[in-house]
Amino acid sequence: MDMPQRQGLYDPRNEHDACGMGFIANIKGVKSHDTIRRGLQILVNLDHRGAVGADPLVGDGAGCLIQIPDALLRHWAGTHDIVLPPAGRYAVAMCFLPRDAAARATAENLVAQVVQAEGQALLCWRDVPVDTSGLGERVIETMPVIRQAIVACPAAMRDQDAFERKILTIRKQVLNNVRALSAQSHLPGLAELYMPSFSTRTVVYKGLLLAPQVQSFYADLRNPMTQSALALVHQRFSTNTFPSWRLAHPYRFVAHNGEINTVRGNVNWMFARRHAMSSPLLGADLDKMWPLIPHGQSDTACLDNALEILIAGGYSLAHAMMMLIPEAWAGNKLMSPERRAFYEYYAALMEPWDGPAAIAFTDGRQIGATLDRNGLRPARYVITDDDMVILASETGVLPVAEARVVRKWRLQPGRMLLIDLEQGRIIDDAEIKQTLAGEHPYEEWLRATQVKLEDLPNGEEPAAPRDNASQLNLQQAFGYTEEDMQLFLEPMARDGDDPIGSMGTDTPIAVFSRKPKLLYNYFKQNFAQVTNPPIDSTREELVMSLVSMIGPRPNLLGHHAGTHYRLEVAQPILTNGELQKIRRISTQIGGAFRAETIDATWLAAEGEGGMASAVERICREATEAVLAGFNILILSDRAVSAERIPVPALLATAAVHHHLIRQGVRTGTGLVVETGEAREVHHFCALAGYGAEAVNPWLAFETLEQIRVQEGLALSAYEVRKNYIKAIGKGILKVMSKMGISTYQSYCGAQIFDAVGLSTAFIEKCFTGTATTIEGAGMAEIAAETVLRHRQAFGDDLVYRDMLDPGGDYAFRLRGEDHVWSPDTVADLQHAVRGNSQDAYRRFAARINDQGRSDPSGRLLTIRGLMEFRDADRPVPLDEVEPASEIVKRFATGAMSFGSISREAHTTLAIAMNRIGAKSNTGEGGEEADRYVRLPNGDSERSAIKQVASGRFGVTIEYLTNADDIQIKMAQGAKPGEGGQLPGYKVDKNIARVRYATPGVGLISPPPHHDIYSIEDLAQLVHDLKNANPRARISVKLVSEVGVGTVAAGVSKARADHVTISGYEGGTGASPLTSLTHAGSPWEIGLAETQQTLVLNGLRGRIAVQVDGGLRTGRDVVVGALLGADEFGFATAPLIAAGCIMMRKCHLNTCPVGIATQDPVLRRRFTGTPEHVINYLFFVAEEVREIMAKLGFRTVSEMTGRVDRLDMRRALDHWKAAGVDLARILHQVPPRADVAIWNSERQQHHLERAMDVDLIAAAKPALERGERVRISREIRNVHRTVGTMLSGEVAQLRGHAGLPAGTITIALRGTAGQSFGAFLAHGITLDLQGDANDYVGKGLSGGRVVVRQPDGVARDPAQNIIVGNTVLYGAIAGEAHFEGVAGERFAVRNSGAVAVVEGTGDHGCEYMTGGVVLVLGETGRNFAAGMSGGIAYVHDPEGRFATLCNTAQVDLEPVAPEDGDADDAEYPQAEPPSVADNGMGDPLRFDAARLRILVERHARLTGSARATALLTDWPAALGQFVKVMPRDYRRAMQDLRTERAALMVAEQ
Amino acid sequence: MAKPTGFLEIERHERGYRKADERIRSFDEFVVPLGDEGVATQATRCMDCGIPFCHTGCPVNNLIPDWNNLVQRGQWQPALRLLHSTNNFPEFTGRICPAPCEAACTLNIDNNPVTIKTVECAIVDKGWEEGWILPQPPARRTGKRVAIVGSGPAGMAAAQQLARAGHGVTVFEKSDRIGGLLRYGIPDFKMAKLLIDRRVAQMTSEGVEFRTGVEVGRDVTLASMRDRYDAVVMAGGAEQPRDLEVPGRALDGIHFAMDFLTQQNKRVAGDSEAVAAPTGTLSARGKQVVVIGGGDTGSDCIGTSIRQGATSVVQLEIMPRPPEQEDKALTWPNWPLKLRTSHAHEEGAERDWAVLTKQAVGVHGRVEALECVRVEWVRGASGRVAMQQVAGSTFRIPADLVLLAMGFTGPVVPGLVEQSGVALDPRGNVAATDHDYRTSEARLFAAGDMRRGQSLVVWAIREGRQCARAVDEALMGRSLLPR
Repeated sequence: MDMPQRQGLYDPRNEHDACGMGFIANIKGVKSHDTIRRGLQILVNLDHRGAVGADPLVGDGAGCLIQIPDALLRHWAGTHDIVLPPAGRYAVAMCFLPRDAAARATAENLVAQVVQAEGQALLCWRDVPVDTSGLGERVIETMPVIRQAIVACPAAMRDQDAFERKILTIRKQVLNNVRALSAQSHLPGLAELYMPSFSTRTVVYKGLLLAPQVQSFYADLRNPMTQSALALVHQRFSTNTFPSWRLAHPYRFVAHNGEINTVRGNVNWMFARRHAMSSPLLGADLDKMWPLIPHGQSDTACLDNALEILIAGGYSLAHAMMMLIPEAWAGNKLMSPERRAFYEYYAALMEPWDGPAAIAFTDGRQIGATLDRNGLRPARYVITDDDMVILASETGVLPVAEARVVRKWRLQPGRMLLIDLEQGRIIDDAEIKQTLAGEHPYEEWLRATQVKLEDLPNGEEPAAPRDNASQLNLQQAFGYTEEDMQLFLEPMARDGDDPIGSMGTDTPIAVFSRKPKLLYNYFKQNFAQVTNPPIDSTREELVMSLVSMIGPRPNLLGHHAGTHYRLEVAQPILTNGELQKIRRISTQIGGAFRAETIDATWLAAEGEGGMASAVERICREATEAVLAGFNILILSDRAVSAERIPVPALLATAAVHHHLIRQGVRTGTGLVVETGEAREVHHFCALAGYGAEAVNPWLAFETLEQIRVQEGLALSAYEVRKNYIKAIGKGILKVMSKMGISTYQSYCGAQIFDAVGLSTAFIEKCFTGTATTIEGAGMAEIAAETVLRHRQAFGDDLVYRDMLDPGGDYAFRLRGEDHVWSPDTVADLQHAVRGNSQDAYRRFAARINDQGRSDPSGRLLTIRGLMEFRDADRPVPLDEVEPASEIVKRFATGAMSFGSISREAHTTLAIAMNRIGAKSNTGEGGEEADRYVRLPNGDSERSAIKQVASGRFGVTIEYLTNADDIQIKMAQGAKPGEGGQLPGYKVDKNIARVRYATPGVGLISPPPHHDIYSIEDLAQLVHDLKNANPRARISVKLVSEVGVGTVAAGVSKARADHVTISGYEGGTGASPLTSLTHAGSPWEIGLAETQQTLVLNGLRGRIAVQVDGGLRTGRDVVVGALLGADEFGFATAPLIAAGCIMMRKCHLNTCPVGIATQDPVLRRRFTGTPEHVINYLFFVAEEVREIMAKLGFRTVSEMTGRVDRLDMRRALDHWKAAGVDLARILHQVPPRADVAIWNSERQQHHLERAMDVDLIAAAKPALERGERVRISREIRNVHRTVGTMLSGEVAQLRGHAGLPAGTITIALRGTAGQSFGAFLAHGITLDLQGDANDYVGKGLSGGRVVVRQPDGVARDPAQNIIVGNTVLYGAIAGEAHFEGVAGERFAVRNSGAVAVVEGTGDHGCEYMTGGVVLVLGETGRNFAAGMSGGIAYVHDPEGRFATLCNTAQVDLEPVAPEDGDADDAEYPQAEPPSVADNGMGDPLRFDAARLRILVERHARLTGSARATALLTDWPAALGQFVKVMPRDYRRAMQDLRTERAALMVAEQ
Repeated sequence: MAKPTGFLEIERHERGYRKADERIRSFDEFVVPLGDEGVATQATRCMDCGIPFCHTGCPVNNLIPDWNNLVQRGQWQPALRLLHSTNNFPEFTGRICPAPCEAACTLNIDNNPVTIKTVECAIVDKGWEEGWILPQPPARRTGKRVAIVGSGPAGMAAAQQLARAGHGVTVFEKSDRIGGLLRYGIPDFKMAKLLIDRRVAQMTSEGVEFRTGVEVGRDVTLASMRDRYDAVVMAGGAEQPRDLEVPGRALDGIHFAMDFLTQQNKRVAGDSEAVAAPTGTLSARGKQVVVIGGGDTGSDCIGTSIRQGATSVVQLEIMPRPPEQEDKALTWPNWPLKLRTSHAHEEGAERDWAVLTKQAVGVHGRVEALECVRVEWVRGASGRVAMQQVAGSTFRIPADLVLLAMGFTGPVVPGLVEQSGVALDPRGNVAATDHDYRTSEARLFAAGDMRRGQSLVVWAIREGRQCARAVDEALMGRSLLPR
């Protein structure tokens, strides 16, 4: 019934899920069977949001929560001679019981015992009638015995809530005890005892079912006697295919669509409260409930557990939800002070459960839903005139006659919808929150107890460091390098930014390095990919917060509020003065805080062995201090000297944090770190991730001062410090946002890291819960490194007498770190390809392949360096191995955008790859259309792989139809979880043209794809792209990190044809150095996990797996194949073959060999040819063949996944790496005859079900003869991506220009599914009466989309939502008119479309670079964030807009009355003349005319009453518009105008 | 950080030289430094490459981008520290190194490398000028004693490193002054000998004992040295010159280049003619000089001859004339074979390539002319390139003084090498790896040309430094000396 055990790299805790959810409720609380029936209908219509695995009869689970069907149970009781107490006086425990009879008896017995022990009475067991017909075999095999236990409330207990608390106590004990019991008894399946619900009010019917099966399986749900006023339903999309009944939603209180990113930390913090938590309501029962959140559960289950304990502790449902998932309050000027005080007050009690989430919740009396602060999941609802509320991830899931709908709306970010069935009304967000915020004088409480560090009197600066330890010695003791000074500290001090670099990492992982490495380097940052989105911490700053609470946390369940002091810092980097304030805090605030410093150094005389005992001592002293009443602990290495060695700060911090958690006293104290070690962003992040609430980097400050003086910076000491703190702060925000975490408070302790190269024993002791995959260094090796640094600092080493170690991590240095790309390897490779010299290639390959063996220095560079081939007993003759010309077809070059590299370099790669039948990749910058045409010599410059990245630059329907593969870039090895930025100076005319942007205006790629916030969204995009080009394979590019295999499984289930696993070594044109080095992991780990997980799930055969990110030699390719790759990507090596010399200056546009530059002078220096690239790939392929011959394989397919032919070697002679163990990477999932281990099957895309099949047929006259066609159809939410396949047909025939305007008109009625009109081609009009879901007009390529209220409906468009989130994302051209309000992120990254809408959600026009948007209504917050081009107008009669707009990049201007001359060539035109010209004229002039045209057109196309009203008094209306003008855009337009004028003068 | 666009904005500009007709009037150095600002500007051209090919181009692995960066910002003293961390004697290499670093420079892809050598030289010259270069005596003495045989750049580098590691170091030199080939093989106009004296003084203060006029193997036996010292480093150079084995070789007026150069160096040093030329004066004054051998020593012979007043100087090379420009695609960043014109050539010398000397002809036992033949280099069936004489191409060159500058075949075997009993490698050099520098005999190490064969000063310094570390490791079990 459960998932497979952890094996190899597969770990069940990495599983993700997301889904569709919804509910229906009768506001008045009227129960009916119909409500249940309709709830189940919602489920069926959300089917496409779920997934099926390898077996089409096995879904991922679905379920339904309803009120207890008292009538049904009473009837049943009647037939069984049982007297049921009145409703509300009994509880139903829905139980999944073991199939084994003995185990079941034990389980039932256990339930009975605990019920009895808690003084309650178990009335009876009821067999829940089920019907297994139609269920898959595997489902039936794993099906539990489902019974309901009915427990009566004792007469003495009057209060229903008290009874609820009691049954919670029972449930916790049963489930906690069953684990222990099953360990003793060895009864099969006993541990699987599970209670989906146990309540007096609700009951959950769920299981491993497909949506339609919920109803057929559970007879109760079909029984008319089953009645409820609400039905909460959920359909799961999991990344795995393992049958699990319990993981279906809903849980006891919630159904969740999304992901809790911080769950690891949240669960830890809950555990850490054990001794600090008490509840007057629960009393002694609380103690019986621990662990409140058991290990090994899904994030939703954990959240459900947290919610139930808060409710049991006396919080109301809404109150508890606000504590767990608060809206973004810090810095929200629009929020009332009372409400902000409420959130701020509870911030100290509960760290946010952060992540994309739409959560529906109910306790049976109230039902509601809330959205995370970012609003990253959709939730739409309708209210009908017969008191029903229907809410779901999509609109249209339950057809309701339009005439009955009173309102259509959506949940907004951070907002809540609550229906109180007892009060019989909807309580809106403002009322709920105002009421709760007004319940207590939170502002007063805060004033009394909130201590802000900045308000405390100044502390003294601590004394200078002791005499015998010079600055240099101290720096060396903490491992400072020259690069730290030059690449990090100085630029940060100067500019206040986290520094940027380029190309990839090619140094060994820390455990392989021959140099001592800081402990931080063993930790790789996690990042969000697919299952949740990263955040843009710059453009969406409003949700981010660095506020940190230092010190003890109040009792979560204590309601005697207002007495507990809390210390707050605005950000976690403390200056020396601030730390002094904390040190002296005990003399202030009535002694509420007492700080104790714990020395984190040890005696040098004790040597390496001293570190372990020092860690023990520090932990012991920490516990003692907490027990002695100190509530701020300062771990300090200030005592460092020639005699004392500092314990690595990360080790000290994590060890103390986990030690205190284990003792249950962690929330009794704050943890502050005073260290000389931390200096770069990653260091602070790691410290935070393992529990540091604030950090004082004292030596970094001293070093900054040294740099300031030495370099003669024109800044004061204060400014330098400030800049540095600012840079670190920005960096931390970025790292947090990569994982989709918005607040430091929830990042703190969240352990968002993988360890690479640390032993399990060490991790379990000090970094409990962190994943580590290849074992490696432990306490002894880390101690050895630390001692070595200390010896270099204070010893006699001549090299270190007066200078720092060179570092050499970011650029090759002879005495620095080892690099794969060295002067020798680059020279050998270039000489090999240019002279076609096999010898030179062999020298090159040998230098890279022979690690630690032939090389006397014993250097290790990569994980595969420790692998050995198991040669065949009988090799095959070389000439029987498939030819190199076949092997190279499996090769691809990496995604490098035209923009990041020159056209010369880009086309050289394309020609080379096309000549040999391999594939090149456009990267994310689009492609010039002239490259689709073959050159006269037969060469083709067309890139076979078209990338679709978050910026969607140049992603038109034409671009997509010209692809063999379409690659969705979820992440990039060099900077996973981040977006990109192409600075304005790189955007020349050509780049601007292919990217549909403005020359000279910088371009931003957002960190997330705004249409992929979860796995089911990815499935939707895969579906969209497949529709756009059914001939192309759809590929998803992922980056290696622990858990990537699970994501890959999800990708396979999302029907992608291809997945790329990238190693962290992959290159980039520009990335923060922090990300280049510290995010993602080597590909060996990710690829092996992917292969294992896919095979385990039976999903491998239907998807091709490609590996890239640091492949260089034939040996690399063979290792990749044996670990499970079908295909292979190369990027840096082919670039080097074409002349790249790893300058690492790509981000500066100064590439001296003409590759990574757009400078025409430098581009002339490019000397690479396609032959160079081809020679290289053939050398690689020949090397592959030679190895294959020895291994006895004739084809690469035979070899794929044959991990049994790889062996490992121990690095016994390496001082740190001896413990590295590759067993988990080399684990082979036991082969099964019916499970493929390489890509031998096809995905089923079911395009034949698309509405477009019918539309294409109907549009035949237009496609074939250009005749005008009008088509009318009904549409439902299950009709997704309508118009896209048709557009693909148009683009194939007519390219980007499409058909003449108005050729095909499709009139539709109803609710459109997602991606309505995606990539719609020019000449097609979609005219929809009704409404639409998310992603309308995504990638619009010239078509026209109209969504309007149905004829005869008179709802106020400004109060009703008509299209969902992320509408017109990446639109290139065309127009859209919406008679109603759109959701969040309207027109995000629009680069050319013209749109009119009657209101928008938050983040409207985000990252927009072109086009025109007119909003005839209110906008949400953060309008125009990152908007660098195009213009927008907002109708703002009340003058509120200025507070809602993000003016970081834009100016707001009034609209001038009619101006200009209609004959001016730049005057706006009534209709757009072509796909290339939207007819909107000069954006700097003619605003009034343009507005009038748009409003008139809107009125004509939608019949909008609002537009008509505006037109009736146009002069007055005109004064009410505000124009949003991006500053860069204006400048560029002015430049363009000047240029044009100059040109005209010149011509005259 | 370097200025990213420096290389695009600033032209390469080298140190200047005094005019040829002016400089040939003395044996003084004739390089005109660029001045601090000029050097800093040139340093700005450095791109601070992701892979600084100059690092490995340079045998001592100078940290070139790093000190370029410092010089650029006027931080000369830290630059000097950094420079000294890889090179004991940058003032030597800054003058006479052919600068393989510049060949490897990324900007040499189109022939505009950073003027690395100029920057190096400027840093160390400034260091001496400002008095920043001081003795660095060790904090502690180890009590171990090391003898170093030979005081050329390898011996000196080894001595300085070992002394700084705390060992008692004695350097034995068979000549009357310290420096080996550096002292007597290189004319003063290329490198003033004061530079060596200054280093000797520094090293003496650091505890190095110098003994000149002592030839180990003749004046003292190696055996006795091995008794008295914990380790002996053989750094005696590769002094066996390649001879011209043709009829007429015995004629008067045909001399090895070293004999000729040594005399002049001694004269410049102020020695009397009796001391400078105990076996008789060799002078080019008024003579038609032919230099055989196209390398650096040949150039030194030319410059010296011209300064002495030769009427003509002709230089012959057996190999064909190399291309003016190498094939960058196949050579960079390696050292290219290409036509190199030295300063001496500019001072007035003719060069001829692919010329084989057949015999020397003379009267009264004095040489008067060389009979030569042109040769072709042809790739044979085996792929090997072999020399063939061109029929009928014999010609004569008048010659009063013939200087043989055809390189060295290896260490002189009689004496030290013979006595030591060390194994030799197939090329006749003392066998030892460049990892541990150990000879086949215990406690006996070898470094420099004696181990690697004739090479550059910069290679000798590298060998000396690395050997010092190997010795230190052998004596102490571990070493903190950089390799």
